[in-house]
Amino acid sequence: MNQSFLDYYNLQPLFMAIHSALCSIMPEGLAIFLEGLVVAVLILIMYAVLAIILIYMERKVCAKFQCRIGPNRVGGKGGLLQVPADVLKILTKEIIELKNSDHFLYALAPFLVIMASILTFSCLPWNKGGEILHMNIGIFFVLAASSIGVLGILLAGWSSNSKYTIIGAVRSGAMIISYELSIGLTVLTMVMMSGTMDIQQIVASQADGWNIFKGHIVAIAAFIIFLIAGNAEANRGPFDLAEAEQELTAGYHTEYSGMHFGFFYLAEYLNLFITSGIATTLFLGGWMPFHIAGLDGFNAVMDYIPGVIWFVGKTFFIVFLLMWIRWTFPRLRIDQVLTLEWKYLMPASLLILLLMTVCKVFGLVF
Amino acid sequence: MEVKKRTAIRSMEYGDFKNNDYLEKMVDELNRDGAGVILTTIDEVINWGRSNSLWTLNFGTSCCAIEFMALGAARYDMARFGFEVTRNSPRQADLIMVMGTITYKMAPVLKRLYDQMAEPKYVVAVGGCTITGGPFIKSYHVVNGIDKIIPVDVFIPGCPPRPEAFYYGMMQLQRKIKVEKFLGGVNRQEKEPKEEK
Amino acid sequence: MNIQEKIAQLVPGMTVAEQGEAVITVPADSFRKLAEALRYDKDEPMDYLRDIVGMDWGEDGLGALYYLESSKTYTRIILKTLTADRENAFLPSVSDLWKTAEIKEREAYDFFGIRFLNHPDMRRIFLREDWKGYPMRKDYDMSSNPLNMENEENADTTDEYYLNPDGTIADQKNIVFDEKDFVINIGPQHPSTHGVLRMRASLDGETICKIDPICGYIHRGVEKISESLTYPQTLAMTDRLDYLSAHQNRHALCMCIEKAAGIEISERAQYIRTIMDELQRIDSHLLFYSCVVMDMGGLTPFFYGFREREMILDIMEETTGGRLIQNYNMIGGVQADIQPDFQRKVKEFIKHMRSVIKDYHDIFTGNVIARTRMEGVGVLTKEQVISLGATGGTGRASGWSNDVRKHHPYGVYDKVDFKEILYTEGDCFARYMIRMDEIMESCNILEQLIDNIPEGEYRVKTKPIIKLPEGNFSASVESSRGEFCVMIESHGDKTPYRLHYRSTGLPLVHSMDTACRGNKIADLIAIGATLDYVVPDIDR
Repeated sequence: MNQSFLDYYNLQPLFMAIHSALCSIMPEGLAIFLEGLVVAVLILIMYAVLAIILIYMERKVCAKFQCRIGPNRVGGKGGLLQVPADVLKILTKEIIELKNSDHFLYALAPFLVIMASILTFSCLPWNKGGEILHMNIGIFFVLAASSIGVLGILLAGWSSNSKYTIIGAVRSGAMIISYELSIGLTVLTMVMMSGTMDIQQIVASQADGWNIFKGHIVAIAAFIIFLIAGNAEANRGPFDLAEAEQELTAGYHTEYSGMHFGFFYLAEYLNLFITSGIATTLFLGGWMPFHIAGLDGFNAVMDYIPGVIWFVGKTFFIVFLLMWIRWTFPRLRIDQVLTLEWKYLMPASLLILLLMTVCKVFGLVF
Repeated sequence: MEVKKRTAIRSMEYGDFKNNDYLEKMVDELNRDGAGVILTTIDEVINWGRSNSLWTLNFGTSCCAIEFMALGAARYDMARFGFEVTRNSPRQADLIMVMGTITYKMAPVLKRLYDQMAEPKYVVAVGGCTITGGPFIKSYHVVNGIDKIIPVDVFIPGCPPRPEAFYYGMMQLQRKIKVEKFLGGVNRQEKEPKEEK
Repeated sequence: MNIQEKIAQLVPGMTVAEQGEAVITVPADSFRKLAEALRYDKDEPMDYLRDIVGMDWGEDGLGALYYLESSKTYTRIILKTLTADRENAFLPSVSDLWKTAEIKEREAYDFFGIRFLNHPDMRRIFLREDWKGYPMRKDYDMSSNPLNMENEENADTTDEYYLNPDGTIADQKNIVFDEKDFVINIGPQHPSTHGVLRMRASLDGETICKIDPICGYIHRGVEKISESLTYPQTLAMTDRLDYLSAHQNRHALCMCIEKAAGIEISERAQYIRTIMDELQRIDSHLLFYSCVVMDMGGLTPFFYGFREREMILDIMEETTGGRLIQNYNMIGGVQADIQPDFQRKVKEFIKHMRSVIKDYHDIFTGNVIARTRMEGVGVLTKEQVISLGATGGTGRASGWSNDVRKHHPYGVYDKVDFKEILYTEGDCFARYMIRMDEIMESCNILEQLIDNIPEGEYRVKTKPIIKLPEGNFSASVESSRGEFCVMIESHGDKTPYRLHYRSTGLPLVHSMDTACRGNKIADLIAIGATLDYVVPDIDR
């Protein structure tokens, strides 16, 4: 298969060139340190920009669903500067210290949440050679790192010393721990299909067709389960019990103000993006263009489009799907959430794992 | 630096607002000691952000709250202004919108919610009952105006006010925020509370 | 046998009022016996206690009026009992006969200081626990309770008074919440308590063990203010009670005053009032739909309800001039004639409503999450709703046929053909469906009326000063969320001696405890939303 353009967009050589250029004028340690610094700043900027885009998108998408217009006054016709205004506001807002709370944990919790989010964020395969954290157990690392977030939520709820927050936190804890099983099992299914845990290689293995097509029925079922569980993991409707506005006012972050609250808010949207990004990687081929085996001309045309556009495009498509779900369904109740997981999704994902094994053994996947 | 006395609100003429003299007086008072170039510029940027991102805490006790819901619905869509983010936790809200009669039993609760809010915070009093006690002014259980309990920034009269009146009030609040000086501590006009024993 | 004769047999000392409505006065010591006999009567059990109206008769003492109705024959009677001792006013409690008396007797205690013997929970309900005096008494000093900005602490114990065998009265402490209970406080400022209701709920994990509603955060003293207003002035308060039944509330008060003063209103005004009532009902039920879906976490359908509601508000605004509070009904008719294109717009709206109702059901009613969250949750049986006095949609969802429009017709309801929607499940889903079906039924009623509005004057001339004859008068209407009733006691002045409104929401709030026990916190919100109460109407 002609993959010249894929290689053309490969970022690896560029990074290598920068690295060697830096090494030639300074010691390697310093060069790596400087590079790390630049990358860290880049991640944070990307993180913030994406959050702004996602929040704006959510406000516009939900307005469309609700026969409204949505923000259209601040900064131009489309209300493009509405979210930056919010960010500016929240940055200048007072951060309240509670009197009867565990001060250290109270201050720590938002950082745990945002850290988990950033760690998983850096594992996303943006392009060929465009991955920030690359390791051969990448997908495993994503699962591990995303679990830190729930710790932050639990701590936030507990240290605030309020009954609403503790109920929200415990709900969230119970839910996320449960749904991690389904996520783990579906991820395992896809890992088995690709035969590797390395995120770049999972993507590379989909060069001749995305997993969702190659794994046909089994992969589609796994995709649906992953979306449901991922939605729950990101604490979004209809699984937003942890901050169920109508029940617990603001759930686990009721007592947080200013930028501390902003961190929770940002992390919520980025987790949505990360869930979608991982789903894209596992099922929709990550940055891999759309290929149809046999149609070389068509494939070559698709290859002209850079991988990063493919990745972002597919991810935002899934983000849109999740928003659609959120703005359509009412909220579940905590026992129904747990019933759904333990009685239906978990057995189903075990079955899918088994089916995938059978398919793989008998060569029924393409 | 020349102090800007006029605040622009999108698609509303300056002359259409009714209380320009009040606002200009406020600008004069705030800038009595002059205004620095850098601080004023930063102030303007921050105030632009603050005035365009007013997250409300709905303190709806009666009828006016229903009109506020109509404000959020599709015809009057307050999302256009970015007001649709209503936070139910006082910690995260910028302004408390008091809609409806405040009774003696409710007054301490209102005060407590106001105290729980993070600075900078604003109060909008909506409807006749909130402003003066309205038709219930003679009652044994009604506070005759919430300005006796908490400082009010904007009054929106009506029983209940129409959604358009809500917008006018919110724009007035935006104007007020735009002329404030965020840097320099003018916002914190209340005295520091005494240390508890 | 006539009900009055039956009572006369049981209590020989009873007297019947000659003026106004037939109020049967019973001595306090034989009242309890009579209440039991009426409640468990075989042919005509008076099992629905409409209201207890506390009264201060000055020299004669303190007492209460009991408005009773039979759920079988729909006969209504009014009992009156009183005690002369103003300092230590004790009356026998009937809270074990009618569950709704639990909360209504607390109201009488709060306003008049009448203590009920053997009532398990004699706490104040509307006013602060440290309130001095009883405001509805005629000798209450209006300045005795200045604004107190200290936070209110709620006691966890309550008083029960009982009679010792030797005739002395003793006091016993009952526990509301134990020290070990995990009590969370929902409200008064909470996004989904529909106003400023406050509920203290003790939890076991997420499961609710007990709910103690605390009202009064919007108690404005409407009834006390009304006592110093002339009759036309009192009208202004009704719209602000249950603002989603503004027309119906005012209709009830106008009807009551007209009935007492002997004012005949024109056919045209009757039609207009009935049409407005039904428009208001659709308006309220659309808002109900919006609130239910929002409380359940689905935000999009909220906007559907409001879209159609705005159309009704437009129609009403053109004629009445107000969006939410219209002040339209007047004594003797209505404020102004209907707009020329009123009929066309109403017909257009009915057509539109019928075409969009499918969207409502598609997005929410058929949704699997909505179904599982509402079906079988918060069940109230028929016996419970009658005993609790939970009228309106809540009662009809449990199979209690209680529509005032059917059983005690007013306006022109006797001229239209409509069916009373009844469900038997008594769960949240039935309560939700009742309202959705009633929207369609109201459209039917409107359709029958809108083309037949007779010509005539919309308002008859009344005397500039309206004085009612002595006696008790009452009128009830089916408001959007239950039976709304106005009870007036007149002493012949131009102001009422006592004006009482039967709150539609107070029994509904009282039934929260029964409906919520054993359910989850999320269910509490769903149950509260489907019971559909409006708090300013409860607190008055």
